[in-house]
Amino acid sequence: MRQTIAEKILSEHSGKRARAGDIVIANVDFCFGQDGTSGIIIDSFRKLGVENVFDKDRFSIVIDHSAPSPNIGVSAIHAKIRKFSQEQDVRLFDIGQGVCHQIIPESGYVTCGDLVLGADSHTCTYGAINALSTGVGSTDVAIALAGGKNWFKVPETIKVVADGELPKGVYSKDVILYIIGNIGADGASYRSVEFYGDVIDDFSVDARFTISNMAVEMGAKCGLMAADKKTLAWLKKHALREPRPVEADEDAKYAETLEYDMSELVPQIACPHTVDNVHGIDEMLGTPIDEVSIGTCTNGRLEDLEIAARILKGRKVAHGLKLIVTPASKRIYLDALKKGYIEIFVEAGAVVNNPGCGPCVGTHQGVLADGENALSTANRNFKGRMGNPNANIYLASPATAAATALEGEISDPREHSRRLS
Amino acid sequence: MSNYAHRLKISNDINTDYIISGRYKFKIQDEKELAKHIFEDVEEDFHKRIKPGDFLVAGENFGCGSSREQAPIALKASGLRAVVAKSYARIFYRNAFNIGLCLVECETNYIDDMDELDLDLEQNILKNLSKGVNIEIKPIPRIMRKFLDMGGVIEYFKEHGGFDDIV
Repeated sequence: MRQTIAEKILSEHSGKRARAGDIVIANVDFCFGQDGTSGIIIDSFRKLGVENVFDKDRFSIVIDHSAPSPNIGVSAIHAKIRKFSQEQDVRLFDIGQGVCHQIIPESGYVTCGDLVLGADSHTCTYGAINALSTGVGSTDVAIALAGGKNWFKVPETIKVVADGELPKGVYSKDVILYIIGNIGADGASYRSVEFYGDVIDDFSVDARFTISNMAVEMGAKCGLMAADKKTLAWLKKHALREPRPVEADEDAKYAETLEYDMSELVPQIACPHTVDNVHGIDEMLGTPIDEVSIGTCTNGRLEDLEIAARILKGRKVAHGLKLIVTPASKRIYLDALKKGYIEIFVEAGAVVNNPGCGPCVGTHQGVLADGENALSTANRNFKGRMGNPNANIYLASPATAAATALEGEISDPREHSRRLS
Repeated sequence: MSNYAHRLKISNDINTDYIISGRYKFKIQDEKELAKHIFEDVEEDFHKRIKPGDFLVAGENFGCGSSREQAPIALKASGLRAVVAKSYARIFYRNAFNIGLCLVECETNYIDDMDELDLDLEQNILKNLSKGVNIEIKPIPRIMRKFLDMGGVIEYFKEHGGFDDIV
């Protein structure tokens, strides 16, 4: 008894009773890399001297960060990944399939109670479906690939309770930005975060992914949620394995409990150049914006595109502003096409990228010029992130992004919510 | 062997994008070449200051952000003896020891740029020779120390066939 979700999952996977602070060796249910990290996974795996990956159905590579390749160097990495995937007979998600953090759960590789390692820091995303998933470096994935295991330090847990009813025009992105602004960029370092409360219960699974996705932006190892009917319905549609829901014990020991009332929350903006530099939209209204990016593993899901499309429908983006939309996966792209969202974006003046990471990593598809301001639905606004250290990045919800695209300056999406309701 | 401390203008929350930009991590696979671009987006030509044996000194939450292993790889390839910071982000912390880059955790407020330092991992002391003070460092966890001593986790894993010995 007295265990958190992380302690329970690590106990189950290590065969030992895991308590915060312990080091355990645990079996990994699934692991993966992306094109920015898989080159080193392959090198490290070869150095380990192991011939075959421990289980070809429990490893995958996603080419998403710079896809299609913008230059010869990246093309060489992509070629190396394709060759390795073929040799090892592992599933490769090549260019155009989408962002790893959408494809991996959407393709059914993750379910409740899993332990997942990804060579990408936003692997914490699947905490939203009750999996302990965490980002590690390439070599740690290679170690897991060799024997199906790795070592873990059992984290302490912070319990975050977000209660109240969100006002119209305020979304899960605003909730997590507010929490990060409050906790700080290293406020949850080395810890697991468990999210609870009315606000989380009310969210769709898509909206919950946005919350867990950003747990790493406060330093957390994972951002977990309990499984409910919505989680199980989502998994029934997608997951390849049976869910094993894990709940924290009622008397679980938390390092800290933080309670928030979100009833009065306003749209939030993370200002340059740190994710915890968060301000209410009122303070930022009117900031001129040159490029708006809607997409990424944080906010490129169907619900996000729907929110943006509703605001943009029948309107045109501001003169001189670049609006770039990047669906998070091929399936989302196709669904958005069927629902008419893609047509709305194109008619409004947007460029619609192929599914993938889009301009988030700064290698292609929307690199900023000196002095430009971007507003993005991504999860990072570090200097240089979108390819130019002399540009500024603001982070916000898809609704704020769409409202901003229409005006050419940071604009309040709540006005559109009133118009549309 | 050089032993100077180098500080960036920013001290806290130095992320892995700053250590090595996404522009290069995809493009360059040669470690020495990668090392020529460290901190390029925040301080031009910073890499030119570093000589083999030097130290990089920072504040809280060093290495936050992306999981890119190119970050510790580039720092190690630049010749740094160790990074010295008040605290580290967890993915970077694992990655650094995994590839044999030493991270020292201690109070860094009293280390100025170009101070001369000497690291004693047996006594858990960082000596600031320029100021004549000894700074106590947090002992490196046993598991990390083993990786460091062997040059990285790959070497450890190959020798021991797993981690059973250290749990």
